[in-house]
Amino acid sequence: MGDNDIIQDFLAESAENLDRLDRELVGLEKNPGDTAALAGIFRTIHTIKGTCGFLGFSKLESVAHVGENLLTRLRDRQLMLNPEITTALLEMVDAIRQMLDEIRNTGQDGQSDYPKLRETLTRLQSSESSAPALAPAVTPPAVTSPIAARPAPPSEIVTLQSPPPPSATKPAPAKTQAVQARQAATPDSPQSAETKPREGTGETIRVAVNLLDKLMTLVGELVLARNQLLQFSNSVDNAGLHAISQRLDLIASELQEEVMKTRMQPIGNIWMQLPRTVRDVALACNKQVTIEMEGKETELDKTIIEAIKDPLTHLVRNSVDHGIELPEDRMKVGKDAIGRLILRAFHEGGQVNIEISDDGGGLNHERIRQKALERKLITSEQAARMSEREISNLIFMPGFSTAAKVTNVSGRGVGMDVVKTNVEKIGGAVDVQSTPGQGTTVRIKIPLTLAIIPALVVNCRGERYAIPQVNLLELVRLDGDQVHTGIEMVHGVPVHRLRGRLLPLVYLSRELQLEDATASAQPSSVNIVVLQADERQFGLVVDGIGDTEEIVVKPLRKQLKTVKTFAGSSIMGDGKVALILDVLGLAQRASVVSETRDRAVMEKVAESAASAGEKQTFLLFAGLGDSRMAIPLSILDRLEEFPISKIEMSGAQWVTQYRGQILPLIRLSVVLEERRHKLQGLQALPPAGSGPLPVLVLNHEGYAFGLVVDKILDIIEDRAEVKTPPTRACVQYSVVIGERVTELLDIAALVKRNATLVASRALVAKRAARGAN
Amino acid sequence: MPAQYCTFYLDGLLFGVDLKTVQEVVHRHDMTQVPLAPSVISGLINLRGQIVTAIDLRCRLELQSRPQDANVMNVVVRSDDGAISLLVDEIGDVVEVEDSSFELPPETLRGNVRRMILGVHKLNSRLMHVLDTAKACQLTEVAEAAASS
Repeated sequence: MGDNDIIQDFLAESAENLDRLDRELVGLEKNPGDTAALAGIFRTIHTIKGTCGFLGFSKLESVAHVGENLLTRLRDRQLMLNPEITTALLEMVDAIRQMLDEIRNTGQDGQSDYPKLRETLTRLQSSESSAPALAPAVTPPAVTSPIAARPAPPSEIVTLQSPPPPSATKPAPAKTQAVQARQAATPDSPQSAETKPREGTGETIRVAVNLLDKLMTLVGELVLARNQLLQFSNSVDNAGLHAISQRLDLIASELQEEVMKTRMQPIGNIWMQLPRTVRDVALACNKQVTIEMEGKETELDKTIIEAIKDPLTHLVRNSVDHGIELPEDRMKVGKDAIGRLILRAFHEGGQVNIEISDDGGGLNHERIRQKALERKLITSEQAARMSEREISNLIFMPGFSTAAKVTNVSGRGVGMDVVKTNVEKIGGAVDVQSTPGQGTTVRIKIPLTLAIIPALVVNCRGERYAIPQVNLLELVRLDGDQVHTGIEMVHGVPVHRLRGRLLPLVYLSRELQLEDATASAQPSSVNIVVLQADERQFGLVVDGIGDTEEIVVKPLRKQLKTVKTFAGSSIMGDGKVALILDVLGLAQRASVVSETRDRAVMEKVAESAASAGEKQTFLLFAGLGDSRMAIPLSILDRLEEFPISKIEMSGAQWVTQYRGQILPLIRLSVVLEERRHKLQGLQALPPAGSGPLPVLVLNHEGYAFGLVVDKILDIIEDRAEVKTPPTRACVQYSVVIGERVTELLDIAALVKRNATLVASRALVAKRAARGAN
Repeated sequence: MPAQYCTFYLDGLLFGVDLKTVQEVVHRHDMTQVPLAPSVISGLINLRGQIVTAIDLRCRLELQSRPQDANVMNVVVRSDDGAISLLVDEIGDVVEVEDSSFELPPETLRGNVRRMILGVHKLNSRLMHVLDTAKACQLTEVAEAAASS
């Protein structure tokens, strides 16, 4: 993003802010006790001042700076607001607005630096608020028409007329771009505009977000109407209708996709400005800082992007200003003179995480504690009880700043509380973690409001629920006898043995209190959705499993916020609403996630127990002739069946296309049989008539391959205690599993042997080719 | 100043809400139940792509619950927190009333319901209860009660 773009953004944003400021100032005058409004005004001016400092508009900055000083005294209650001050502040707003107009027109912040206004603002700072008897001797500086006479809520027209441009009317700031674009287009005749398309950067226009919201809603409706039309057209025998409805189908899908895209933006868009910010701040405080970014492409909803833009800038500035030490100090403690700032964005647990880490000095907990006491933000009793982490998070309280002196960059006690308010406004949370001497990490967690996520749809008692894919590990289905044997009880608590480990089971119907009379009937199969919540796995038993779908998450209204089991809602293809399960909330409700248990230790114990010859699970399949062979189930990725038509040849190797990759297929019979098929069998494709091939998809040290077997027999749990040495190659040992002797396959040897076979086959083919020539 | 009210019936009583707050009135919608939610919440409906929470007004106003197969109408009102649907038995006329016919609820009306009923307008044939939609839609205390139970 070029400087010009930054300036354009700054202008548009400031114009909006200034309009609001007018209203807020007037409102504040009526109700001077409104500290929240005052804090809002303060932040706006602070932001404007900060930004123009970077952009090098020193005159504008100086005006905003004196205004801010005055506001600081107001905020700290050292001064009370009186009409005189309000007038001066409104004048300041007008002066800023005028300078912004100058910037827009000329690129410079004008000739005047408003000495009178600055003088007034400075004088007001020191004057006693209790003596409003001081005659309102404010001479309105050469700025505008008398501001005191403004109507209370300044309408747009007032704003338009206040600057003194020669032209009678001037477009409102927000509209300017559009108008300019139109003006630019007019001189060209339509033809020339067509023949000479605009070059350079893609043209953009600003669109109100709520317009996009409306568009999205309407598209959603369109999709539903299309679904109904499709259903109807399928029931009617009319070729014309079919053709039209299919065309509509395509267009609607594409439209939906595009409209959704208009709202999503990669976070990189707002990160782009940060290197510049870092550079300027670092320069201003004589520091050297590099900035690194991970996860630039993480997409966020437009509204969220906007909302976190300012907080992010504040955090980055703070990290450079307070976090990272001066180069000489860094050298002293053995760090690289150049500080590192890392921005990281990623999706986790249905939320978007943004981390800002620096490798600076970390937070000084003792100083924060003292400062908080000094400012009476906490009592000494509280201070004594607080953990380091709680202390760290005190920096987010309003009016808190430990910076020794107030600099232009930061240290005025805004910033961190702005960060917190803005993030919380969009339903997020901020947390800071710091290690003294090693650095500080601020983590922002934002819900994926309106984000689109892949989710698995499940059924429970006739209602559908969506489970975010991020929480999903695997699906297990118990059929037939397994319905009874697959679920065991630990003192009345249901568990399932998943590859040798106990998986606690949670029944969705019970957790949601949907239990009814029909539930008592024994189901013919059990569907378990294996989920992960906070490092802990559990199985969720549902009635049925549907498709994976991309769903648009809509937040729940505040009336339902207390129901922690749901993360949001979504409209499904048929127009009905489905609730999105909050896996963590559900786990907490079912007490799967508890604080007290030391899971890591528990799991380690379980693991070593499994390796010490406890029961293991084996996959059994037919070997050569009547023999049975097995592999431990834990090394199996998946079981597949490939139709013959999907098998292709690559050199001497059977291959198939599998999940977007080419999967080599190793044939058990070929590798094991000593000589017979060795050369002939290797090259031929299977006869076309035969049925689908059962294939075990395995992964041996990063080499994924399919093992073609004749028949998959069973999955059995056994101690496998009786072992005998192998009688042939590619077998680890023979063992008694399920009371029958079974050969345990040696995968490493198998892969090696196959490679030799393929190579020798290639050699044979080469010789044959040479012979033919 | 005459004011216009959108009227509806609940368990035989006539209620009115300020017409300006009413977005629309729609027939029965497919309702998605919200397990574990306070019983006042009937569920969620899809109102042209917008997910709207439906509040069972009978339950909210502590009236007798509706018979299973009874007809239901959705009165969709605007609130600070987006649109909310109020489930009512039957929709009535839009009535125009003068301030003079208004009276505060009698002191003998007590409990939670009193906070939601601003007063009554004395119409010719019957009384119209004026519902405070904002209060009726505000479920914080209900939700907390449900959460703590």
